[in-house]
Amino acid sequence: MTFSEKLLTVDSQSLLHLVNQVTPEQVERSLARRETNFSDFLTLISPAAAHYLEPMAQLAHNTTLRRFGRVILLYAPLYLSNECTNACVYCGFSIRRTLPRITLSPDQILAEAKYLKDCGFRHLLLVCGEAPSIVPVAALEQALDLLKNDFASLSLEVYPLSEPGYLQVAAAGADGLTLYQETYDRNVYSQVHPAGRKRDYDWRLEAIERAGEAGLRRLGIGVLLGLHDWRSEAVALALHADWLMKRFWQAQISISFPRLRHAPDSFAAPHPVCDTELVQLMLALRLFLPDAGLVISTREPAELRDRLIPLGVTQMSAGSRTEPGGYLHPAEDGSQFSVEDHRTPAQVAEAIRRAGYEPVWKDWDYQMHENHGNNRQREAQAGA
Amino acid sequence: MEFVKSQDLLIIAGRSFQSRLLVGTGKFASGAVMRRAVDASGSQMVTVALRRVDLDNPRDDLMAALAGGDFLLLPNTSGARDAGEAVRLAKLARASGLEPWIKLEVTPDPRYLLPDGVETLKAAEILIRDGFTVLPYMNADPILAKRLEALGCATVMPLGSPIGSNKGLKTRDAIGIIIENSAVPVIVDAGLGAPSHAAEAMELGAHAVLVNTAIATAEDPTGMALAFKLAVEAGRRAFLAGLPQQREAEASSPLTGFLGK
Repeated sequence: MTFSEKLLTVDSQSLLHLVNQVTPEQVERSLARRETNFSDFLTLISPAAAHYLEPMAQLAHNTTLRRFGRVILLYAPLYLSNECTNACVYCGFSIRRTLPRITLSPDQILAEAKYLKDCGFRHLLLVCGEAPSIVPVAALEQALDLLKNDFASLSLEVYPLSEPGYLQVAAAGADGLTLYQETYDRNVYSQVHPAGRKRDYDWRLEAIERAGEAGLRRLGIGVLLGLHDWRSEAVALALHADWLMKRFWQAQISISFPRLRHAPDSFAAPHPVCDTELVQLMLALRLFLPDAGLVISTREPAELRDRLIPLGVTQMSAGSRTEPGGYLHPAEDGSQFSVEDHRTPAQVAEAIRRAGYEPVWKDWDYQMHENHGNNRQREAQAGA
Repeated sequence: MEFVKSQDLLIIAGRSFQSRLLVGTGKFASGAVMRRAVDASGSQMVTVALRRVDLDNPRDDLMAALAGGDFLLLPNTSGARDAGEAVRLAKLARASGLEPWIKLEVTPDPRYLLPDGVETLKAAEILIRDGFTVLPYMNADPILAKRLEALGCATVMPLGSPIGSNKGLKTRDAIGIIIENSAVPVIVDAGLGAPSHAAEAMELGAHAVLVNTAIATAEDPTGMALAFKLAVEAGRRAFLAGLPQQREAEASSPLTGFLGK
């Protein structure tokens, strides 16, 4: 069974109805329990639980401390290309927008990567839009091959690939995949993705499973907060993470919280999520999933990011540019979304230290699994 | 009693240690906080996660914070999912100039970080053949302990409870059997969340314990490191002094009254 099939069996409407009926007594009972099960999770995302954010934060803080310690892993996105064939209404790379389209050459990739390495980064996230004719799997392999000896971990945030595609990128040096479903609601999904390959909801939702099957060891999911009612998204997100953890028990599952703040042109988030709601969602997920990585990007402003550190965050990006080539040649246009935290990586690291945490630049070793992808591929071929 | 303190040495692979407390270096708020805690613990064996260390960088933060210490750096292979990965990490550490001592961890499950006995056994065999001194992290499985010992492991390191759980000696009975049967030092690793847990392991006869999370995430890591040091010493002394039997004879009808009549 795929997660997509499982999700069809979940009656979100009745669950949300229950969530809205939760009483303060139920919240207190859930908070008093040693472990947070799915029913407690539903309680903790309720309107009633919004009045219990402080005790939730204390529990989330302690849980995270025990499991992850006082450390925050830093990473940076490296945009390979802003070419895209999709027409997502919220995205700066939409085919319907006029902007300078750039795909980095190998030399440009190396130059951007050198800049990031000099900043201290050892974990990179390689990003591109969905334009396989311009950035095919072979180009991803080439980029990974260029970078793998200089970085401890390379993850991808690219268009959904087939399972053989994921085997290829794993063999070339990728160890993780980040892929947001954007929204788990099929109706909303089809409204905000009017054209392009991305219209295929299931192909996208199942991609993370194909990556898991291919042996990628870091799997990141998320919803674009603001597209749909956050509580409804929270239900699916929690179920998805839990399902992935059980199915790919050897993978590290992480959840990101991209929030629509200032989308391009006049697109306004139909269901804006305020800071309080973002915090409630994070805390409830942390308590339900004590082992999940929680990621906060530079979409959020510096002051808020600093305050979120002790609430359960385990990873942060820093100094991000979201236009290809933007580290060495910052451009006004051509970016995917607007960055709100404009501090340098060193300044973010300093803020993490001030919060009483250690900024960690390296928490993996690519050399450890150098042949992992190749082995998997050989096994797959032998079995075929 | 000072005689006990000076002569009761922990001997691992021919090397002797006065301290029976090993400490880990992860999860601390900074390198400086970690170093103060390590020093306060009096530990002579300090574990370092190889995946955290930039072995190519001579100014690596973690290694810099540990520089000049009077302890053996014991690299661990945490993060390795199988024997192959653990072996590669161990070889990288040796190639970078660290001593060929390795705390072997094969933990394919990133949630509870439980050790994979099958892969650990495989990796231990390869590493021992290759000249490493191997200290394997393992589940509290008495038979696996004997198998690892037979391969030539320098110690066995059974868990008290899952890493970072602070739950204490949940595997107490199995660890008791391991200690009873082991010809190599038994170091209780993982899950010891309070000095009393460490003392309990030492009273039981463990040769040493390893602590990380409970020290790193305490409000005052230095103070907690000292507390663990004292607890380990207290537990060890209690073990040497011979704890009185805790079983109480129950008053019931005499069973041997017929003798000598």
